[in-house]
Amino acid sequence: MRSNLKATVATLGLTMAMATGAFADAHAAKLSGDLVIFSDMGNPAPRAVMEGMVERFGEMHPDLNIELTVIDREAYKTQIRNFLTANTPDVANWYAANRMLPYVNAGLFEDISDLWEGTLSEELASTKGAMTLDGKQYGVPYTYYQWGVYYRKDIYDELGLSEPKTWDEFKANCQAILDSGKKCFTIGTKFLWTAGGWFDYLNMRTNGYDFHAALTNGEVEWTDQRVKDTFANWRELLDMGAFIDNHTAYSWQEALPFMTGGDAAAYLMGNFAVAPLREAGLTDDQLDFYQFPMINEDVELAEDAPTDTFHIPTGAKNKENAREFLRFVVSADNQTLINNGDNLGQLPVNSKSSVDDDKFLEQGFQMLSTNSPGGVAQFFDRDAPAEMAKVAMEGFQEFMVKPDNLDKILDRLERARARIY
Amino acid sequence: MTHATLPDISPAPDKRSWWRRNQIGLSPWLFLAPGMLFFAFYVIFPIFQSFQISLLDWDGLGEPEFIGLQNYQELYYDDAFYTSLWNNMLWLVLYLAAIPAGLFIALFLNQTVTGIRLYKSLFFFPFVISQVVVGLVFTWFYDPTFGLLNVMLGWVGLGPINVLGDERFVTVGIILAGIWPQTAYCMILYLTGLNGVNPEQIEAGRLDNAKGWKMLWYIIIPQLKPATFIAFVVTIIGALRSFDLISIMTNGGPFGSSRVLSFYMFEVALSEYGFRMGYGAAIAVVLFLIMLCFIVYFLWSMYQEDKR
Repeated sequence: MRSNLKATVATLGLTMAMATGAFADAHAAKLSGDLVIFSDMGNPAPRAVMEGMVERFGEMHPDLNIELTVIDREAYKTQIRNFLTANTPDVANWYAANRMLPYVNAGLFEDISDLWEGTLSEELASTKGAMTLDGKQYGVPYTYYQWGVYYRKDIYDELGLSEPKTWDEFKANCQAILDSGKKCFTIGTKFLWTAGGWFDYLNMRTNGYDFHAALTNGEVEWTDQRVKDTFANWRELLDMGAFIDNHTAYSWQEALPFMTGGDAAAYLMGNFAVAPLREAGLTDDQLDFYQFPMINEDVELAEDAPTDTFHIPTGAKNKENAREFLRFVVSADNQTLINNGDNLGQLPVNSKSSVDDDKFLEQGFQMLSTNSPGGVAQFFDRDAPAEMAKVAMEGFQEFMVKPDNLDKILDRLERARARIY
Repeated sequence: MTHATLPDISPAPDKRSWWRRNQIGLSPWLFLAPGMLFFAFYVIFPIFQSFQISLLDWDGLGEPEFIGLQNYQELYYDDAFYTSLWNNMLWLVLYLAAIPAGLFIALFLNQTVTGIRLYKSLFFFPFVISQVVVGLVFTWFYDPTFGLLNVMLGWVGLGPINVLGDERFVTVGIILAGIWPQTAYCMILYLTGLNGVNPEQIEAGRLDNAKGWKMLWYIIIPQLKPATFIAFVVTIIGALRSFDLISIMTNGGPFGSSRVLSFYMFEVALSEYGFRMGYGAAIAVVLFLIMLCFIVYFLWSMYQEDKR
């Protein structure tokens, strides 16, 4: 899954400049030399976005020779260790928050706090926290997306249900759906992180954002009563039979047909689920979105909104060009363009950008900017260190199948916590 | 003045160069040298390196820290490690079913009927396709909602069962998928073996009234001993190498119950969430010690063969 896209425009421009001997009028802002980019945007739509950005950046800097390598998203996660230490690119994709921690600790990501000084910090204020470790910034975001409940509006209408605002309504809706012979939620836990999404929401609604942060930072014991409260709420849903059977055998994509086929009424997911649901034939009249309802009225609503990022490796050879590229990526115009419905279909990180005219993006943007007073979390496996995330999400999956094992699971997680932090 | 001239018996000083003198003795080593160098560098050296890394606490990126045998101590208390170890044993035992299965298919196909070549190729087919494809095919076959297995179980009023999502069935389900291509492999080994069976002995057995199972057990199988040995070796190695099927079919789940040692090692050291090179290396060392038992046995039995 590799491809090289040389900015042919760049070379063309270079030869023309040479031919006319117009060295002197080289503009001050024009870059020259090389820029090597490794990207994990391997799916068709993101790939087109990445290639488009390189092309436009190449047009702005005709003397710059840009080399783009696109790697499959899953393969990228293991390859990044190799190419950060040897054969380093100038710009590389990764994820925000604790997911960058191993590479920052090993000194492999460049501290680019200088880039963040001034206007950038204001424009990107919403994601600055996620890019900051120990008071320094190690990358820039390029997109983020909301999580929430995507549901079949036609099924809700048929049963006379409305979007729930409280936990009791949420459960009452679910009971009505179950009584009609359908399941409330589809989920595929084969790759574990989907269960992490449920835990995040139940935990942030039960105990709040600060507790989420403390727990993923290893400051709270897993055997704490508050963690048990979260699981008790989860258990209510499990005991009702709210989730589809056999979810351990499915990936998140494999769980989609239950929703498109009408066997399950809703899906707690990130906004990236909208595209495949639309492709499977659901119209915007059939598909809608609501914010995960309040459980504990004493805690403020907080949301998961994972951020995807660009970084400059410490071993990069053309750091100035790389910095300029990052500036270009986060610029308001570029953010508006790459996050619109024809491209990534997600939310722009720059506050001066405009959100595309799309039902789900507008609702998501509205929710994150006005109705998430508690804070915005990344996601369980980005806020917790990798090892803890793995062990914990395995525990969540086991709990969903065997809720009676909870004490054993929590003991195991507590032992892991003691070792990892 | 006559001197008895004795013939000069001391050998004429060898005027050939050092290379010409030692050519015959040296050339085999020279030919072996590239292979030995690569073997030493890519096999022997990494074995010792694994031992060394298993004594470190290292995330693969930063500075390693020497922690002695702590990784092994942690393995001792790690439930996931015992699950993997137990699954490895299951693989070793159940995978051997491929040998008798291969033998019987080979016996069945060892006849002259029109088109037998085609049938043989069809039976051999699963070994030719990639393990990844085998894994995918079986994943769909086992699918708890849409899969063929549960449709078939439905005909006899059973099921549905979630083979790959239930920790009781998952390992056996994956092993069954693995046995499918492995049986084909054993079959081809036995088919070639059956070509070499001495017809005179069969003739002699017939005269002594040997038939059916007795013929098979006392006349055929002893002559297939070399084929059986090779089938045993490749099956054991195949069982210990089981990784791709697990990765494709379950990714180690549900909640880690289908992991084997090699997969667990990959998970803790190299996967998306794994940054513990030392712990991974400790698992690799344990796996190596298990393999070593078999390697020693294989080498020993080959040595015994050679002596005769």
